[in-house]
Parts: sequence; structure tokens; C-alpha cells
Amino acid sequence: MTGRVASIAFHTFKESVRERVLYNLVAFALLLIAAAILFGSISVGIGEIILVNLGLTSISVFGLLIAIFIGIGLVWKEIERRTIFNILSKPVRRAEFILGKYLGLLLTLVINTGIMTLGFYGALFYQKRTLEASDLGALEAVYFILLELAIVVGLALLFSCLSTPVLSAVFTFSLYVIGNFLGDIRWFGQETGSTLVQGLTSGIYYLLPNFSNFSVISQVAHGERVPAYLLAANSLYALLYVSILLGAAILIFEEKEFK
Amino acid sequence: MTSAGVKGSRIGGLRRICGTIVVLSLVVLVPLERAINKEMARRGNVGELLYLPSGRAFQTLSLGYQGLLADIYWTRVVQYFGRKRLAHATRFDLLGPLLEITTELDPKLVIAYRFGAIFLAEKAPAGAGRPEEALQLLRRGIVANPDYWRFWQDLGFIYYWDLKDYASAARAFQVGSERPGAQVWMKALAASVAAEGGGLRASQLLWSEIYRQAGNDQIRRSAVSHLLALQAQEEIASLDALLRQYQQRTGHPARDFRELIAAGMLRALPRDPSGVPYQIGPNGLATLGPGSQIDLHLLQ
Amino acid sequence: MPAIETLDLTKDYSAGFIRKRPLRALDGVNLRVNTGEVFGLLGPNGAGKSTTLKLLLRLIFPSAGTARVLGRELDDVAMHARLGYLPENPYFYDHLTAREFLNYAGELFRLPCAERRRRVDQLLVRLGLEASADLPLRKFSKGMVQRLGIAQALVNDPELIFLDEPMSGLDPLGRREVRDLILQLKAEGKTVFFSTHILSDAEVLCDRVAILNRGKLQGCGELREILSLGVSATEVVLENPPAGLLEEVRKLTRPAVKTGDRVRIEIPEEADVAPVLEAILRRGGKVVSVSPVKISLEDYFLEQVRMGPEKPPAEQGVARVDKEGER
Repeated sequence: MTGRVASIAFHTFKESVRERVLYNLVAFALLLIAAAILFGSISVGIGEIILVNLGLTSISVFGLLIAIFIGIGLVWKEIERRTIFNILSKPVRRAEFILGKYLGLLLTLVINTGIMTLGFYGALFYQKRTLEASDLGALEAVYFILLELAIVVGLALLFSCLSTPVLSAVFTFSLYVIGNFLGDIRWFGQETGSTLVQGLTSGIYYLLPNFSNFSVISQVAHGERVPAYLLAANSLYALLYVSILLGAAILIFEEKEFK
Repeated sequence: MTSAGVKGSRIGGLRRICGTIVVLSLVVLVPLERAINKEMARRGNVGELLYLPSGRAFQTLSLGYQGLLADIYWTRVVQYFGRKRLAHATRFDLLGPLLEITTELDPKLVIAYRFGAIFLAEKAPAGAGRPEEALQLLRRGIVANPDYWRFWQDLGFIYYWDLKDYASAARAFQVGSERPGAQVWMKALAASVAAEGGGLRASQLLWSEIYRQAGNDQIRRSAVSHLLALQAQEEIASLDALLRQYQQRTGHPARDFRELIAAGMLRALPRDPSGVPYQIGPNGLATLGPGSQIDLHLLQ
Repeated sequence: MPAIETLDLTKDYSAGFIRKRPLRALDGVNLRVNTGEVFGLLGPNGAGKSTTLKLLLRLIFPSAGTARVLGRELDDVAMHARLGYLPENPYFYDHLTAREFLNYAGELFRLPCAERRRRVDQLLVRLGLEASADLPLRKFSKGMVQRLGIAQALVNDPELIFLDEPMSGLDPLGRREVRDLILQLKAEGKTVFFSTHILSDAEVLCDRVAILNRGKLQGCGELREILSLGVSATEVVLENPPAGLLEEVRKLTRPAVKTGDRVRIEIPEEADVAPVLEAILRRGGKVVSVSPVKISLEDYFLEQVRMGPEKPPAEQGVARVDKEGER
């Protein structure tokens, strides 16, 4: 089982690596990180903060774009071009296909994020002429970005099993945005004082992916470290949420007919 | 249907596993999220509120939706403030940065400056007790919206109340009164503050105007409390005068207002604006009775 | 043990967006394909050929009935290790080369690396793709893609090979090569199950055929048997018929068909042959040939399709659904 999953994952990775849009996105992110040095140099005193903020935000935003744009096409393209026939007619379980596709894109994202992170540290070194142990805090932010992307890819994959790429992109992006404001939504529900609204917003709060705990960029920019507790809790959260998404995707995919 | 039965046996296992994983994960997710929230609250970690320390950096990334984002941030300001107040917090560290981001995203969001300045300037526990930051915020608002005279009113207000800088307050009211559309009473206010500084008339005028134009209940309630406190302060001053008179007349200090009634100096027991009778303190001066709703500290 | 056995295999598609109407794409099909034979599934577009193959490969699920492939249940995906499948109008990943794609296919069968490489090289040669082995697939012509499709169906050296319209998109030479390949596979003892709407292919290759029309099995058996069921006719060809002859002939049998100088007369009833010939000779017509016409598969086929039940409106949908699959 693992062999076939790895094989599908590797080919998914290969496919996305040969996609031109990927290079454009990574190049643009690196450009923005480089530009952050300029932004930093025209302001006084907070050059490093701006670099960290803008650099990590670029990594997050472009990771998100890559995750969505490649993730939504993952399964859809195989169904639409009927390349899925070649795969499923071989001794490949449908669950293996889904897992392979997911891991393949995750691998793509890890490597891209790695490249962007290297670019970021390069820019940081250029700015400070040195790197200190405290700069490792950015890695924690990058780790959280990856956890977030792992959930986003799961969302994109799930929607990709259900719907067209355009709709999948819209759904995934909407959920990402909503997921960042979930705390506000629940607070709003509690403020209204209506039990119905409260129940509804609490339900939404726990059901939808909550991304608000993953954004630590500004803390990192101010030199704060992420508490170990949050590292562990967020890792577990992402793991659980990805399990939900993949479980649901497999359940849907097992039933799917390829006409 | 036999095929369904076969499918059930072979594929059913996988389906059950997936279903179980989904359900179990969901079940574990809820307490995990609760625990995270609790821990974050315990640490007082509100970093989540601030995505970026600067609204300007955010503006470039907001792809033209600054207006909407500003509104979202404004909502966050209100919530942050409300939440903190509910929790009886005394520190409002993020209030300034949040307001800054909001107004940088949308420099025309007038309410953010005005409301924000009040939040910032008010003394704890009602506000952050940072009048200097409030003044900065208002000055930025004035730069972005030069024709909006009410910022000057707010500016004067903060000088008057929080900084007790009556000269600056009078100047602010004066400049504001010269802006287009400014109400006439701004001139009166400027004159009154210039003439008597922190005097009672100027204070009453100020708070009545605030009460009259208050856009929401919170401000209106605040204005009412201030006006009542002012009234009580005025009443206490006259009662003190009566007490001094009584002592001069009888040679000994009064321990109860009933003695003044007996002496024909008062017709009834004096009550403060919230209806609680005044008392005579150990120093022989009039004070608020126990349970009074009036908060004289507002006036300090 | 038969290679494939179906029992009342039925597939309904639900069509319509709001009001779901069941559309029967396959209706109670019973088939039995023996090990080692080449079996042809014949039928016009939309007859249910692709549906049958997809059901057997678990790309879709039967609405009713069962089937066994290589003695295993359809849900037993492990059995796919012994199968090969060429989808109809196959499409493969643009970003891969032929070699990479075949390698990927081999990996999915968990073939050990050395064996995989050997099989891939072998198949590239066997299907005449060795020259373009390292070209990205987006540069492949339709015929080359078709060959690659066959190659990937053979990468695991399967016992049973499903080919969905294997000749489509091929030029006459390629067609010939695929025919030869199928015969080679047969010689190697493999079972080949293929669908086609091109009857000449079936006539040349198949041990047995099944004929599908509108989801129903019209007939199944050896071609000889099926064809001997048909009625033969006699064909008379003459040259430069004299005036008045054709009018006389028309009274006796079917009207003549004129092509250039020649005229072809098909006489379905054997009893009519003698009077027609007599009339021709009497009028001084020049007979080129007189030959018996065995019914062709094509004729049989047309007859079956013509005799099929009137199309109810719902079944037109079936044809449409299936055509989408054949695009």
C-alpha cells in the first residue's frame, strides 16, 4: 500500500513541479521578500520587523496560492482528462490514490516553502549581516504556515473530488478567509445573546477550520517565541483536521463513478 | 442485490475506518480547541488580534479592500475593548495599535478616531487611560479630515478632562468653532473654558453638548454620569457652605443634616441626584451617602 | 474457470438535474468469456460497450447483477494486478515522457525496478515507440497515444486484457499492427476482451463476439454461427444493360444499382435468380458475374439494430450519456 501511495505522491509532485505557474509564484514571492529589504531601508528603526512581516506574509500568501491553484486541479484534472482510468484499472485502491495525491502536493508545498524560507533568511542575512539564534523564531512561523497549508490542501482536495476547479477555488479560499475570522464570528454570536445564534456560531466555530491560532507572524516579528504548548496543540489540531478532510474525501471518492 | 452485499463486505471495512476517523477527529477537535482558547486567554495572548503591526503594510496586501478591512478592524477594536472591559482588565495594550491599523486602512473612518480617542483617554477601568495616544490619534484624524470640526471638540475635551490643560482646551474649541459647519456653542465653550478654566459652567456645558449629540448609549451614559457628578459636586459645595455657616452660628459643627433643618437652614434632608441622602463626613464636610450612584472620581 | 462471467449485469445512470430519471445503459447482460479467447463486444455508439468494460474494471458500480473477473469479485482490486486496460480514446499526462509514463504504470503494479525497466524497454520496441520514448506526451499524435495506451495495458504482462476501441484513431498501418498484436497475445495464451464498432476487425480477430444494442445483448457466439443465421443472397453484375432491361428486372426483384458502366442486382430470394438471369439473357445483356452473397456481419448488425425495439424517449438519453463517454 505505502509503495503505491508513494509512487502516486511522487508523480503528483513531479506533475506540479513541471507546472509553470509554480515557478512564477515562487519567483514572485522571492521578489517580494527582496523588496521587503527596500521597504525596510526607507523606514527608520523597524527595517527588520518589516522584513520579517512582509517576508513571512509572502511565504504564507504564495503558499496559499500554490496550495489552492494546484490543489483544486489535483483530482479534477485526472477525472476530466480520464487519466484516472489508467490508475484505477491498476491494483490501486481509491483511498491510496487520494492519499498519494494529498502527500504529493504537500511535498510540493514543503519544498516550495523551504525555498522561500531560504530566500527569506538570505534577505535577513543581507539586512543584518549576521544571523542569531533568535532568528530561528521565524522557522516556527513557517512551520505554522505549513500546518495551515496542510489543511488548505486537504480542503482543496476534498472540493476537487466534488466540484469544478473554479468552484473549488472559491470554496477553499472562502473557508480560508472565514477560518481566519472564526474567533470573531463566535464572539459575535455570544454578543447577540440569542441561544440559536450562539449555537449556530459555536457549531461553525468548531466545524470549520480555525486558522486564527496559526498566525504568529507579528509575534515573531517582534522577537517573541511561540510557546511550546501552542506548537504541540496546533500540530495536533492540523493532524486531526487533515484526517477529517482526507477521511471525507476518501468516503466521497470511494462512491464516485467515472463515466 | 448481491453486488451491494459484496461491496458492503469488502469496501465496508474501509468506509467504516474512514467514517470512524472523521467522527473521532471531530470529537477530539472540540476539547482541543477549547483547551487552546483557554490557554491563550490565560497567557493573555491577544496577538491574534494583530495580524500586522502596521496598517500601511496591510494596505498593500489588502488588494484594494482596505475599506472592508478597516471595518473589520474597527469591529475588532470594539470587541477587544468590550471584551477587556467585561473582564475588568486594566491594561489595553493593543488598543492603540489596533486603532492605528484601522485608521491607516481607512483614514476617513471618522468614528474610529472619535470613539477610539474616548476609549484611549478615559481612565481605567472605563478606558486605557492614555490621553496622549488619544491626542495623537485625533491629530491624525484632523490631518486626514481637516474639515471635520468635531475632532477639535474631542481634542478640547481630552485636554480639558484628562490633561486639565484648560488653555489648550480653549484653543482647541476655538479652532474647531472656526471650521465650516461647527455648532455655535463651540464658541461659547471656547469662551467659557478660556474664562474660568476647569470651572463648573464650562464642564456642564461640555457634558450637556456631549449628551445632546451622543451617537450611542455608552457615550450618553458616560455624559449623564458626568453631569450628575457635576451636579453633586455643586450641591456638596453649597452644603459645605451651609455647614460652615451653621458652625459659625452655633459654635459647634453639625453631625447630622437634621440639625440644620431644626435650625431652619434646610427644608428637608438633602439628597444627591441619584436620590441617596448626603451625609456629613468625619471632617465635618458633606459627602455622598452609602450606596450613592454618583461617581465623583469622574471629575478628578 | 471463465475469464469473465457476468450475471444480469445492469447499470442505470440517473440523468436529469432536478428530477432524476433512471436511464438504463446496460440491461441484464449475461456474458461468459473463456480463458484464452479473443472476445469482441460489438455494437453501435451508445450501445453500452464502454459501460460494460468500466463496470468490469470497477470504474462504475453495477445497479444490479454481478460479475466475476478471473474468478474474483469486482471489488477485489488486487485482482487488477492480472489485468490490462486500454480506455477508449486514452489520454495521458502531458508532462511525462512515454518512458516515464510506462514506468509509473509499472510502479503502480509494484514491479521490481529491474523488471520494470526491462518490460518498459520491451514494450516501447513492441509498439514501435522506441524512437519517441523520451519525448513529452504532449507532442504525441493520436496514433502514438493509442499505442502507448496499449503498452501501458501490457506493462504487467496481464492474463486478461481489456481494450476499448483499440483501433480508433489509428491509420491503416497502425490498425494492422494492433491486429497482429492481438493475435500475438492470443498466441501467448492471453484472454483479450475488446469492444469495437468496426466489424471487419471483429471478423478477422474474434473467436466469439457479443452484440450489444441499447444496453441489451442481441446475440452472442461464434461469428460463423451468428452469420449462418443470416440469409444469403445472389448478386448479379452486368455491363451496359440494353434499354428496357432494368425496368423488367425491377418487376422481378429489388431495383438495380448503377455504378458507371456496370449494374449490380441483388436478389434476396433464391427462386427469383433464374427468372432474372433469363430476362437478362433474353434482352442480350452482358453478365459479368453471378455470385452468392453471404450475409456480412455488417448486414446482420444493421438488421439487429433495425429490429431492435422502438426507442423510448428515456433511452435516447442512454445513447447520449454513452456518447459523452466516447468523446
